[in-house]
Amino acid sequence: MMMQISLQHRFAGFALDVAFDVPAGVTALFGPSGSGKSSVIKALAGLMRPDRGRISVGGQVLLDTDQRIFLAPHRRRIGCVFQDDRLFPHLSVRQNLLYGRWFSPDKGGVSFEAVVDMLGIGPLLARRPQTLSGGERQRVAIGRALLSNPQILAMDEPLAALDEARKAEILPYLEHLRDQTQIPILYVSHSVSEITRLAGSVVVLGKGRVLKTGPVAAVFSDPNLTPWLGGVREAGSVITAQVAAQDADGLTRLETSAGPLWLPKVEAAIGAWLRVRIAAQDVMIALQRPDGISALNILPATVVALRMGDGPGAMVQLRLGEELLLARITQRSAVQLGLAVGASVFAVLKSVAVAPGDIGAPPITP
Amino acid sequence: MPDWFSPDEWRAVALSLRVSAWATALSLPLGILVAFVLARRQFWGKQVLNGLVHLPLILPPVVTGYLLLLTFGRKGLVGQYLEMIGIVLAFKWTGAVLAAAVMAFPLMVRAIRLSLEAVDARVEQAAGTLGASPPWVFATVTLPLILPGIIVGSVLAFAKAMGEFGATITFVANIPGQTQTLPSAIYAFLQVPGGDGQAFGLVLVSVFVAMAALAVSEWASKAVARRISGA
Repeated sequence: MMMQISLQHRFAGFALDVAFDVPAGVTALFGPSGSGKSSVIKALAGLMRPDRGRISVGGQVLLDTDQRIFLAPHRRRIGCVFQDDRLFPHLSVRQNLLYGRWFSPDKGGVSFEAVVDMLGIGPLLARRPQTLSGGERQRVAIGRALLSNPQILAMDEPLAALDEARKAEILPYLEHLRDQTQIPILYVSHSVSEITRLAGSVVVLGKGRVLKTGPVAAVFSDPNLTPWLGGVREAGSVITAQVAAQDADGLTRLETSAGPLWLPKVEAAIGAWLRVRIAAQDVMIALQRPDGISALNILPATVVALRMGDGPGAMVQLRLGEELLLARITQRSAVQLGLAVGASVFAVLKSVAVAPGDIGAPPITP
Repeated sequence: MPDWFSPDEWRAVALSLRVSAWATALSLPLGILVAFVLARRQFWGKQVLNGLVHLPLILPPVVTGYLLLLTFGRKGLVGQYLEMIGIVLAFKWTGAVLAAAVMAFPLMVRAIRLSLEAVDARVEQAAGTLGASPPWVFATVTLPLILPGIIVGSVLAFAKAMGEFGATITFVANIPGQTQTLPSAIYAFLQVPGGDGQAFGLVLVSVFVAMAALAVSEWASKAVARRISGA
């Protein structure tokens, strides 16, 4: 199912003007605070009336200001998960979960048992929201949205209000959700690591405008977007890999289109798909395959793009097989190595991270 | 026990209870509506409505009673039309209900409005995104959440109606057995030399009813709050 969004709205001191398509799967809406992400979700859910705009989901028009169409929120079937869980305090967890069922026109969609099972909230059903932890409440909120039989799940920074431990608790459930349901998900976040774990494509917003859209791997390895993607420290790339072997010395061999990668033991079955994240500052560039070096992961690559920063740094985009990789080096090194677009080099990966629990993700097809 | 009070005194107590119960029950739906409109809607004339609702709280009760007489008396603005369809309020116990309801209305609206303003509108929005139309959101989310406020408002209104004197005596007079409420009866006894003793009995009843109402409201709102918070 395809969703098309175009919105224009003037806030005090800030103008939103965006237009993009949302394909099936998980699409991340990414950008710093104040970039207009939440306004897009509000407009989609019908909680805000934009000055101008058009939103259609799978052919159904939810909003068209030119034709004076504005569907009320309860007719849109957009399952919303907010930063604050917004559970009904006077209802039990079970009643919260079943609330949307009352109103959903057809009784199809996911079953109650399946959702409870997937989110691991079976033991909580009889309890009240007030007695749950933040992570449990957010899981119930996700289940409640799912059970209202929505056409689309819109999640507005569902993890932002939680601490790191709680985030780590919920992320695997979101991955189950992505892998086990067919509902398209629009996922708002300003966390690169969350998005690389969850999303297939991404829409980058900055100051109320769309800066770039595309598959996560391509967008996050675009050196021109580095300043928008949380700066050089957050910059990095995502690579799809398949578990090939568990070596006797405790390393796991992953196969990628660029060649093999060795990682400290990854608890995954052979053949499982993973997405690994490589930070730009953990990538070194060498002109020849280096000898006598402790790094295990050295892959041949081609320079695709170079971007000199304002400071002494430079971002280099490399192509390894079918993957794109970002490397952060100094401008001095770039000049000394004589790097230019098209040059053949070797990428030396100092560290490769597999997010815990990030197992079973299908390969992303751009 | 029957010897404590004369039949007229018993009737005054019973009438007061009946008047207060009707006044509370009849003004509750309108009270919720007015509180909702004042708490949630922006419209032209909102301050006028707010002022009108609160007027009986500020005006001397005797003035309210007189205004009621002008409006709902048999020759009054509204009263003359009500009489055509057979409804007479002035000098009837039904008029005492109207007077008590008008006097108690501001207290009821205030309590319900406060609890409405405490409801998190974002939770109601969430109900909307789950498919509930605005009336359903009100019935399944807003109403249960303001139940403590409704209970407190109703008990306050009931207690106020039990004590209402000035507007009542002006609008429906003080006819024993017909429009003589508890406070009117106490007043009548105090006008007669040596009536203090009988008045004191009624005063005790009045204190007892007020305390009981307060206790019931405390207990009920706590029970409801406990149910909502699930603690």
